[in-house]
Amino acid sequence: MDKQLIKSLAQVVGEQYTLADRESLACYGYDSTPELESRPGVVVLPGNQEEIGKVLALCHGAGVRVTPRGSGTNLSGGSISFDGGVILQTSRLNRIIEIDEENLTATVEPGVVTSALHREVEAKGLFYPPDPGSMNISTMGGNVAENSGGLRGLKYGVTADYVMGLKTFLADGELLKTGGKVVKDVAGYNLNQLLVSSEGTLGVFSEITVKLIPKPQCKKTMLVHFPQLEQAALTVSQIIAARIIPATLEFLDRVTIKCVEDYAHVGLPLDVDAVLLIEVDGHPAVVEEEAAGIRAICERQGCSFFQTAATADEALKLATARRVALSALARLRPTTILEDATVPRSAIAPMVKLIQETARKYDLTIGTFGHAGDGNLHPTCLTDERNRDEIERAHRAFAEIFEATIAMGGTITGEHGVGVAKKKYLPLLVGNAGLRVMRGIKGALDPNGILNPGKIF
Amino acid sequence: MEFVKLINCMRCGMCLPQCPTYKETFLETASPRGRVALVRKFEEGELEVSEKLLEYLSLCLDCQACASACPCGVNAGELVAEFRCERKSEQGLGTMESLVLRKLLPHPDRLEAATAPLRLYQASGLQKTVRALGLLKMFPSSLQRMEGLLPALPKAPLRQTIEEVTPARGTEKGTVGFFLGCVMSLIFSEASLATVALLSAVGYRVITPKTQKCCGAPNMLGHDMDGLKDAARFNTDLFNSFEVDTVVTDCGGCGAELKKYGHHLAGDPEAERFSSKIRDISQILAAESETLQTMLKPLPVAVTYHDACHIAHCQGIRSEPRQLLGLIPQLDYRELPEADACCGSAGTYNIEKPEMSDRVLSRKVENIRKTGAQYLVTGNPGCLLQLKKALSEQLPEVKVIHLTELLQMSVDGRY
Repeated sequence: MDKQLIKSLAQVVGEQYTLADRESLACYGYDSTPELESRPGVVVLPGNQEEIGKVLALCHGAGVRVTPRGSGTNLSGGSISFDGGVILQTSRLNRIIEIDEENLTATVEPGVVTSALHREVEAKGLFYPPDPGSMNISTMGGNVAENSGGLRGLKYGVTADYVMGLKTFLADGELLKTGGKVVKDVAGYNLNQLLVSSEGTLGVFSEITVKLIPKPQCKKTMLVHFPQLEQAALTVSQIIAARIIPATLEFLDRVTIKCVEDYAHVGLPLDVDAVLLIEVDGHPAVVEEEAAGIRAICERQGCSFFQTAATADEALKLATARRVALSALARLRPTTILEDATVPRSAIAPMVKLIQETARKYDLTIGTFGHAGDGNLHPTCLTDERNRDEIERAHRAFAEIFEATIAMGGTITGEHGVGVAKKKYLPLLVGNAGLRVMRGIKGALDPNGILNPGKIF
Repeated sequence: MEFVKLINCMRCGMCLPQCPTYKETFLETASPRGRVALVRKFEEGELEVSEKLLEYLSLCLDCQACASACPCGVNAGELVAEFRCERKSEQGLGTMESLVLRKLLPHPDRLEAATAPLRLYQASGLQKTVRALGLLKMFPSSLQRMEGLLPALPKAPLRQTIEEVTPARGTEKGTVGFFLGCVMSLIFSEASLATVALLSAVGYRVITPKTQKCCGAPNMLGHDMDGLKDAARFNTDLFNSFEVDTVVTDCGGCGAELKKYGHHLAGDPEAERFSSKIRDISQILAAESETLQTMLKPLPVAVTYHDACHIAHCQGIRSEPRQLLGLIPQLDYRELPEADACCGSAGTYNIEKPEMSDRVLSRKVENIRKTGAQYLVTGNPGCLLQLKKALSEQLPEVKVIHLTELLQMSVDGRY
């Protein structure tokens, strides 16, 4: 990395927030993606919005590549700089600028942690639904860049459904304002939605305005066991067919159930194929009615166990199995490959079966849990990075799983992004036309290709 | 170091929001995930021991909040401490370290004799004069900080005055051993007196062996594994020689260390047996809630509770102290925001890393202020020292006391 550029960057963000020593760079060579690592040339942490623009202008001028990063929890290698470029970490920009109770919006800086926003708006009786698994540390900037989902996706949608306005610094440091607080806005292209899930390749957000909704008055939590996978899958379809949209409709498969039970001893039986965690929320009367409807459907499908939480404490207890699923799996082996293959809801049962068969075929341990309601599954392969042969088998297995996902009308990534990890599968999904359009957009907004190069396509 | 402990980290980042130094800096090098990466890269030969590497690792408070948050069971705090111990064993102890860790701490008599001048310093009024004249400015800042932390000392260390056997009051339920921590004995003897009184009141005969030694936690802080093992062997043999199934401590730091003897002396079944007997006082008293409750008189005061790292993160004890506070009639309990975040005391961290310690402490003080409590209760002497000093300066209306002292107040019906 050019010494003069480092000096200039330090003049913008301060010496203290310009990191170029070996040890610091070693700590910014990874995010949450297994197996991927590459050291950047320098790391900068701007302290205000203008500094983002200045950093980009400097890098644009010098032809140096920039990778934006929040807390580094990306699962597709999206926040790693693979060519010794600049890492631009937005964590210091962590102000909640405004919660507008008349327009029901919140305006935040990109470094605000998702759960911090949850706390602030919920204290005012409002609700920001997107709740990615990493919400206690993931940043709003990262959530918008990756279009993060979460457990509440089925009923409440994903980050994209809440983004109303953005301030984005473009590759050359110019500020672009899109959208705002108005619900209806058809002036020109919908650039907000273009920037959402752009994975840091089109610009760096400096301000984000999201829609808020009233906080649901109450919720009811249910835990259900099914001897057969098909029973669970049919239950999911029939709940939706009965015009009930649960806030949460989560699924654990047999491997995950065993791991959870070994780890947390929550009393799960080891002879069932599937466990569903279901939550309905809203007006108390509606919640009652929906919970009763769900119970009837589960029983009709032959569930072997059905429990409704009577208190908030009990609800927390019922949710434990799902909450600790990733921990329980991850503890088993050193390396955890967490994927997010997503299929239409109706294809859940064949998809889970296919994952299990593929695991057997390649002699792997893959536990599957996830958001059954929206078809977003997390097949999680437990392996050891030191065992190259097993890692190779894992890659081959996932290649088959992704191809099957596409064949079933699903997608290679429901919420983790393409980054570099899924790059090779993207052409299968979007085809030549898709790639041509994406490359065209990238070229128009970032002609020199300095923003998070090598990601997506 | 077991390499697999390092690669178990899946870099999910769940530890970051729990780490006090990450929350202050937003730097990956100041996060548990970053520290594990640094140690791993050293083990892999990608980084060597450099000033920067040691500087980054030394910023770790070893509060182990990261371990509580980790989905994969990685304990970054412990890994960093282990790394630093290994480097230390290559270098050997310095003269001063060797004097304190080997010649002073393992000998309670010498330790007590060494603190006698401090008692004189306070009793003679010299401390007041020194403080009034600002004479401390002539000394290094670390000494000034140490002097500032020192609260009023009891007339004599508890180890000297306590009976070796305290009988149970009423029907005897059994006998327990009491591990009296050095700082508890030397400084917070009132609290440990209350501990023994409460144990006796709920029906336990209490044995407090006079020859017990420091638990060895300071050796761990000084990265002196050999000294730690000596302490572990001595205390294991001593307490195992009594016929007790339970050894109680009211010092979070001692409790955490004693529970690890089995690990430190791996393969020694006696050490494992000893470690399995260790209970924090809150665990024993919570199990005796029914008996205790009948003795408690109303205490109409607002109270909040600070989870000491050595109790919440290292021993996983969170509900018992709150359960006990809930037993006291008319007590107005207020949950402290970020209750289990480190107060910045962290062994000798507040002396060694004053700047970061103060930042971490400020956050704690602000959270205490928000509760409006009159009493801040905790269960570890390091936190008591740190918070007593900070609150006497910044929130003098809040009293800082040990859990057993508050319970004893309720038993006595005084406030």
